[in-house]
Formats: sequence, C-alpha cells, structure tokens
Amino acid sequence: MREFLLGNEACVRAAIAAGCKFYAGYPITPSTEIAEAMARELPKAGGTFIQMEDEIASISACIGASWAGLKAMSATSGPGFSLMQEGIGYAVMTETPLVIVNCMRGGPSTGQPTKPAQGDVMQAKYGSHGDYEIIALSPASVQEMFDLTIEAFNLSEQYRTPVILLADGEIAHMREPVNVREEIKLIQRKLAKPGIVKEVWKAEEDGIVPFPVFGRGHRVYISGTTSDIYGYPSTVKPEVHEAVVRRICDKIRKNASRIWKYEVYNADAKKILFAYGLPARAALAVAKKHGNLGVFRPITLWPFPERPLGEVVKGKEVYVLEMNYGKMVAEVERAAYKAGAKNVEFLPKLGGEIHSVEEVEKFVGVR
Amino acid sequence: MEIEEFFRMDRWPNSYCPGCGNGIVMNCMHRAMRDMVNLDRLVMVGGIGCSARIDGYVFSDAIHTTHGRAIAFATGIKLGNPELDVIVIGGDGDIGAIGGNHLINAARRNMDLLVICVNNWIYGMTGGQISPASPHECMSTTTPLGNPEYSFEFVKLVAECGANYAARWSITHPFQLVNCLKTAFQKKGFRFVEVLSICPTGFGRNNKINEPAELYKFLKEKTYIMKDENRIAVNLDGKFPLGEFANIDRESYIESLKKIRG
Ligand SMILES: Cc1ncc(C[n+]2csc(CCOP(=O)(O)OP(=O)(O)O)c2C)c(N)n1
Ligand code: SF4
Repeated sequence: MREFLLGNEACVRAAIAAGCKFYAGYPITPSTEIAEAMARELPKAGGTFIQMEDEIASISACIGASWAGLKAMSATSGPGFSLMQEGIGYAVMTETPLVIVNCMRGGPSTGQPTKPAQGDVMQAKYGSHGDYEIIALSPASVQEMFDLTIEAFNLSEQYRTPVILLADGEIAHMREPVNVREEIKLIQRKLAKPGIVKEVWKAEEDGIVPFPVFGRGHRVYISGTTSDIYGYPSTVKPEVHEAVVRRICDKIRKNASRIWKYEVYNADAKKILFAYGLPARAALAVAKKHGNLGVFRPITLWPFPERPLGEVVKGKEVYVLEMNYGKMVAEVERAAYKAGAKNVEFLPKLGGEIHSVEEVEKFVGVR
Repeated sequence: MEIEEFFRMDRWPNSYCPGCGNGIVMNCMHRAMRDMVNLDRLVMVGGIGCSARIDGYVFSDAIHTTHGRAIAFATGIKLGNPELDVIVIGGDGDIGAIGGNHLINAARRNMDLLVICVNNWIYGMTGGQISPASPHECMSTTTPLGNPEYSFEFVKLVAECGANYAARWSITHPFQLVNCLKTAFQKKGFRFVEVLSICPTGFGRNNKINEPAELYKFLKEKTYIMKDENRIAVNLDGKFPLGEFANIDRESYIESLKKIRG
C-alpha cells in the first residue's frame, strides 16, 4: 500500500510491523513524532508506551522490556543519545536486542535542535566505553526509514545486539511516498531451551547465545559486569574478559559481509562520490547528470563496508560528502588508501543546510 | 521454601565483609517471602553497590544493571510482563543519589515495584564515601572533616511522591522487617522498604565504631519505633523513627494503564 508519510511516522509503522511491543522515550526534536506516534499506535497493537523521566531511564526500561521477551525501541536525538551511551554499552555487554533511532541534529550540546546533521556517526560506534562493535544503519529516504527500521529489528534479534538507526533530522521530518509492505520477513531471537539455564553465556556454533526470557523458569543471572559462562561475575581473570569481549565483537566482525548493505552507482567511473543519508541524494543527482561519476553509498555505516568500498575506489579519486566537519571521512581515507585509491577529498556541510547540486559539481570539478 | 532453594547456593559463600548488614537483609527476605514467592516468576533487579548484589544471590531470574538505573530497568521488565513479581534492591547511593530521579518518578507513577533500599549511610563498595543518606557531620573518606551536608529521608520523600507503601526498619528489628517485607510484597503499586543497615568497613571504620557488634548497638540506640508523626532531625545525635510512613491503596500504574486502555 502506498502512503504519503513523514519519516518519523514511517519508522513507527515499520517498528510495529516488525513486532515492536515496547517503547520508552523522552521527547526531543527532531525525533519527537516517533514518541507521539508510538503513544497513539502501540497500544492498538497490544504494546506498551511509556514516557520516562529521561533518556537514561528510557533505554534502561527498553533493556528491561527486552529481557521480559519483547521487541523494544527508543528514539532520540543528539543530547539524548549522549545520555543513552551508558545503556548502549550495557545492552552490548548483556547482548540485549534493542533498536535505537537517532534523528541527528546539529551539535555539540543542544546545538541546532531543528536542523539536520550527521555529527553522531562516530558516537554511534564509539560513544560507550570499552571495546565493542555495533550495527548502525543510515536511511536516505522515507522509504528507507521504513525498510531499515524493519532491518534494524531483524539484525538486533539475530545478533542479540542493540542496532542504531542513524537518520538525519531532514529524513525524519520529510514527507515522501512509502510502499508500506504488508508481507515482511521477520527474524525472532533464538530462545533458550526450557528449564533452568546453567551456561547462560554459552554460544552456539554461529557465535550466538540463545536468549533466556525472564519469567520462564530459566533462573538466570544477567550482569553488565564481566561474567563467566555461568553468568557469575568474574572480573580479575584476563582470559574471561578476553573471551567475553572477543565474542561480542566477533559476532559482528565475522558476520560483517552478511550485515553490509550498500549501493553503488556507476562503479567504473574514475571519480567516486562517497555519501550516506541525505547527502547521498545530492551525490546521485550529480552523478546522474554527468556521466563520468560514480557513487558509493553505505547503508550499513557500522560495521563499515570496508571491502566493498575498497573494490570500488581502487586507483580512483574519492569525494566524500558529510553533514559534519569530518567524521566518516577518516574511515573512508583509511579504507580507500589501503585499497589503493589516488586521493580522498572532503566537502563538509555545517549549519543545517544541505549540499546543493552546484556545490557538489564544483567540488568534483564538473562545473 | 528452604533457604537452600531460595538462594543460589553455588555462589556461597557470599562476597560480604564479616559483620555486614546485608546478611541479615537476605535472611529477612527469605523469611518474608519463602511462603509466597514463586521463584520462576520473580525477577530481582540490582544496580551497582554491595547491597545491589543481593539480586544475584536469590535463585530467580536476576539482572545486575548499571549504577542507579535498577528502577528504570525494573519498570521495563514489569511493563514487559506484568505477571512477574519485580523486586529492586540496592544501597542508599544507588537508589537515592545517582538513582534519585528514577526513585521519585517511579513513586509518583506508583509503578508496580517493590524497592528495598539498604541504607548503610555510606558508599560501601567504593570504600566509604558519603551518600545522600549520610548523617550530618559524619566522617567519610570524602568528608574527612565531617559531612557538611544534610541527608535525605527516603521514606518520607517516597511517601510524599505518592507511593502506596513506604516503611523503614533496621536490621536490629528483624521480626518487624520480615512483617513489613511480607506486607510490601503483597501490595500493588510502588512499595519502598528502607532498611537501616551497617557497613563496618566503610561507615564503622571512618566513624570509630570499629566492631560490628558496636554498630548494632549504635543502630539500636539511634532508632525508635514511631508512635506518631513527630520526627527528630537526622544526625548522629538524632534518632531515626521506624515504621510505616505510607500504606495506601492508590490505583497502581498497571491498574491505571488497564483502565485507560479499556
Ligand atoms: C556511573 C557510575 N558511577 C560510579 C560508580 C562507582 N560506584 C560503584 S558502587 C558505588 C556506590 C555504592 O554505594 P551504595 O549504593 O550506598 O551501596 P553499598 O555498596 O553501600 O551497599 C559507586 C559510586 C559506578 N559503578 N557507576
Ligand atoms: S563494604 Fe560495607 S556494605 Fe560492602 S560488604 Fe563490606 S561491610 Fe558490607
């Protein structure tokens, strides 16, 4: 069914279609419509909405609901995302499926509440303390806000990890036609076998640990403190901590090629534009206008699609567009030079304006 | 239910210092709940701190969360599955300092949770710093000249916020504490039980009350069973009234949610 939806509404429609049954959040522009639509729609779908006292409480409540067996989600923007970092780290360590939407606005601090930006891409990967890997997706249209919300739930259930949807404020507030699919493929978390679970952190062959839902007689002890496979805190043995950290990182690192989503346009061109989210639309418009340009658009920002990018940019010039003062460009430089790219150029965009076609044309030397 | 069924015996002996009040708290919890709890349906939630670790000794599902956030996690668990009995346990620092905002808001919502706050007047786990419950002028590792601050009265605060139940007892009143926990366990809405306890390692050492037995005596001397509402300021010379500060049956959060949804 085709509908004309706001990005944030599309996100809510998709979340409910994906089986989301719990939402806890705290209002913040430009993510607020997600909370408001959830408050309206979730009870109709048999779910529960609660407005918590802050974002720390919101993500904590979502983690709790996930352990009670529900698919849970929260949405926020920069300042709230900063507050959520503690909970993100906890969810990573305890392998809690969870979806967090960050409608990015201009920062640092309260910055530009109503303006779009892409300033939080590194925070999504590195914001919490310690070693971990995360999955983050970036939509470039309202349709993708819908599709990637479903993808985010599926990935979080499959890999038992928080998944972050990094939409910029413009996508969140833009209205576009969306194909609201009725038939969607859903992945549910692998559940622990009935009865008392002794080896609560024992992974199966695929690196994933079956999930023991609270209240079903598993009698497990879950902790954010480094624990042995029985779930008991073990904080002084290097081998225990190493095993935990390696496993939670490797389940994403080793499955990266399965997780990666990206789009390549005109891969044979000598000049490749690299952009994600909204700027990717300007990149594509310019590439389509001038024949000798290609576009690499990562949809999965984390894990970074390093190998596919390397294959496209080898021996070429790379032009990076971001709505920030230099974040992902460092990652592109690293991957592109390693793959033998000639050079990497960067066009930042700050202040809440978006890259215009003319600017991009000048940047890549076709104007 | 025998004590061996109630606790995770494979984690014994526990990690507490000799003389720590947490042992008595655990014992009273067993006595209060042994006849009515279904361990398959119970979720224990702890934040971070010595007393918050009690969650991991009860043989039910349990989650040891981040410092101060136990009530927020518990809110999600209870809303995720209202059939569960959810108990939060933690220290005065965990629940009243870093977790203070969650405490007052959960009490205001009348969220269906039982919160047990073990108040030993100090941060035990990090080595004896002041907490918002530390008495005025007491010594701690971060108030080497004496505490210039005044303390929170958690039970009063929570009662004022609208909780269905708020009571204070101490580990030197185990029978009353058991009865209080029984009452609290069975009620709906937000239930808060403050247990005055002792930390010989953190509080005792800094305040020159070195022996656990001396601390028990001290606790007994500093408390009295409340007969009326008259309160005495809380400092080392004052006394702590014990008893129920609230026992009402306001509609709980889960009940209002059901009602509003129809
Ligand atoms: C965010 C954060 N800040 C600080 C700490 C360090 N910390 C661990 S336990 C604790 C205080 C515990 O005191 P209390 O809650 O009174 O419990 P007790 O140990 O006395 O039982 C602190 C500050 C932490 N773990 N996390
Ligand atoms: S430090 Fe204090 S609270 Fe912690 S176990 Fe020792 S006596 Fe108990």
